[in-house]
Amino acid sequence: MKNDSTFKLFSLSIVWVWLLFFSLVPYGLVIIASLLSHSENNLIQLPFTIKNYIDVNNIIYLRILEKSFYLAGLCTLICLVLGYPFAYIIARMKSSFKGLLILLIIIPFWTSSLIRTYSMIAILKSKGIINSFLMGIGLIHTPLPLIFNNTAVLIGLVYNLLPFMVLPLLTNIERLDNRLIDAARDLGANRLTTFRKIILPLTMPGIIAGCILVFLPAMTIFYIPDLLGGAKSVLAGNLIQNQFLISQNWPFGSAISIVLALLLAMLLLIYWKSTRGKKERDLL
Amino acid sequence: MTQNIIQLSDVSKSINDHTILYNINLEVRNGEFLTLLGPSGCGKTTLLRLISGFETPTTGKIFIDGKNVDGLAPHLRHVHTVFQSYALFPHMNVYDNIAFGLRCHKLPKKEIKERIAEVLKIVKLEKYIHRKPDQLSGGQQQRVAIARAVVNRPLVLLLDEPLSSLDYRLRKTMQIELKQLQRKLGITFIFVTHDQEEALSMSDRVVVMYEGGIEQIGTPRQVYEDPQSLTVANFIGETNIFKSEIIAVDGKMYTVSIEGKRRIIKSPHSFSAGQKVNILVRPEDLRVWGQAEVENTQDMFPGVVEEVIYKGTTVDLIVRLSHNQLVSATEFFNEDDDRLEYAIGEPVWASWLSGWEVILPHEE
Repeated sequence: MKNDSTFKLFSLSIVWVWLLFFSLVPYGLVIIASLLSHSENNLIQLPFTIKNYIDVNNIIYLRILEKSFYLAGLCTLICLVLGYPFAYIIARMKSSFKGLLILLIIIPFWTSSLIRTYSMIAILKSKGIINSFLMGIGLIHTPLPLIFNNTAVLIGLVYNLLPFMVLPLLTNIERLDNRLIDAARDLGANRLTTFRKIILPLTMPGIIAGCILVFLPAMTIFYIPDLLGGAKSVLAGNLIQNQFLISQNWPFGSAISIVLALLLAMLLLIYWKSTRGKKERDLL
Repeated sequence: MTQNIIQLSDVSKSINDHTILYNINLEVRNGEFLTLLGPSGCGKTTLLRLISGFETPTTGKIFIDGKNVDGLAPHLRHVHTVFQSYALFPHMNVYDNIAFGLRCHKLPKKEIKERIAEVLKIVKLEKYIHRKPDQLSGGQQQRVAIARAVVNRPLVLLLDEPLSSLDYRLRKTMQIELKQLQRKLGITFIFVTHDQEEALSMSDRVVVMYEGGIEQIGTPRQVYEDPQSLTVANFIGETNIFKSEIIAVDGKMYTVSIEGKRRIIKSPHSFSAGQKVNILVRPEDLRVWGQAEVENTQDMFPGVVEEVIYKGTTVDLIVRLSHNQLVSATEFFNEDDDRLEYAIGEPVWASWLSGWEVILPHEE
């Protein structure tokens, strides 16, 4: 009994220590840095100021944030549209093939996503695999502009993040009780109604989890727009990265990070509020 | 209006060369309570799924209300199912669950409301319309599942072992409620169960199934008192089987030898002399007498009490007869035989009234 509670205390304290040192302390440091000043000689220096936050309120940076939201949102949508049927088919599969297919989703994780993004260049560039193939079969005569633009960033994001959409959906759909689908059909629902009224609401947790897991990294991942977007495509992720590594303006980079984090937190909060409210309504 | 609401002719079903159902010929009369009874794996659920449209027959035809439903999708058939696990939609409350079918058929809102109010009254759930399924007890969930199906006024209600997950007492109550509901609604019920007591007490007719085929169709009384095969006799109730052979035939009277004693048995079946037969006697038909109780033991079989099981309303005895065969006997407490105290090892006489036995051909 005593051992049990010691173990409980021990495991809980690991979680707390972890949160404290790797989440709260770094975040505190970023918040403090965002309130400090910057000069040529020092990365950060006193006095405290809110100038950095005022600087964020600049049309250039707001545009970049807006574009990031747009691309991340589009990426999430594409991942959902591609990933849902994908996950559904695999989850409903009865053959022994299923395990292999799930393995195939996971295998890309074994290679660094940076390296995989480099390989995307080879595929997308004007003399790359796709363009060579399409020109080879005579479908197009000039190469498609697939790289160093937003399309390339989008392709790169979707390619890298699709598994994060598929995996939560897969587990959710696998848990879905087949008998509920039978019951809906039995009661007179056609396939579309069954999907809309039964399958979709019951897999909503998976959809939400997948969307969060795709949207958040899509907003902040910086090497994909860096590598595939070329100089033109600056998104929130590489904007922050540039402030730290190129301009060496740590306070300003921190301020953008905090603004971005607040925006994302607000999105989650809105979602959380809306579902909680709904649950309470149902209980009445 | 056709007399038979559902008709299956020569239906069979195989999956991957594995025969699940064969040679099924079944007519379901309009308004009856029909039970498919059989051990698990005998194909009764598959038969139900053929009717509801979730499975298609390999051969044969199924008619619902006189129409061949070959290739008709489940949602277009006017039969509804109450599933074994209820399959209530967990994200909808009781009202929305019950309204689901009506909304699929695009009924006006007002009528949906009226019909649900009506059905909720029947299943006594008016107070729970805003509850989610996980906030209901097993019996309440069961009622919602039934309400959800009958609110659509199906031609036939299919019930797939709907009571199997309820506890004993609740199951008894639900049996009575279901039977009353069926009478009140006048809808044909096809009820699947592996519980023979349930089948006998609720049904108008019982279909006894075994290993993918129909063994016997009849009223509960017919299948219990006049089983057509050893399988049926063994599955429905307990039975004592004496292996014997026909010694002499006189019209429908057959002379057999049981435990070395000759008996003359009447049977509607035809047997020939020398044919091997089984003679079946139900435990409740077997009377056991103490040594002092009887004088004329000419037609009785001597034995020794092996086990006494007191059950409140009855006493069950296991008696070893002189030829080493074990038989079980159920003795009821009644006024002319109040001495139901048997000791283990006590010598007794066993007998039954002539005509209460069933004689069946021997099966390998």
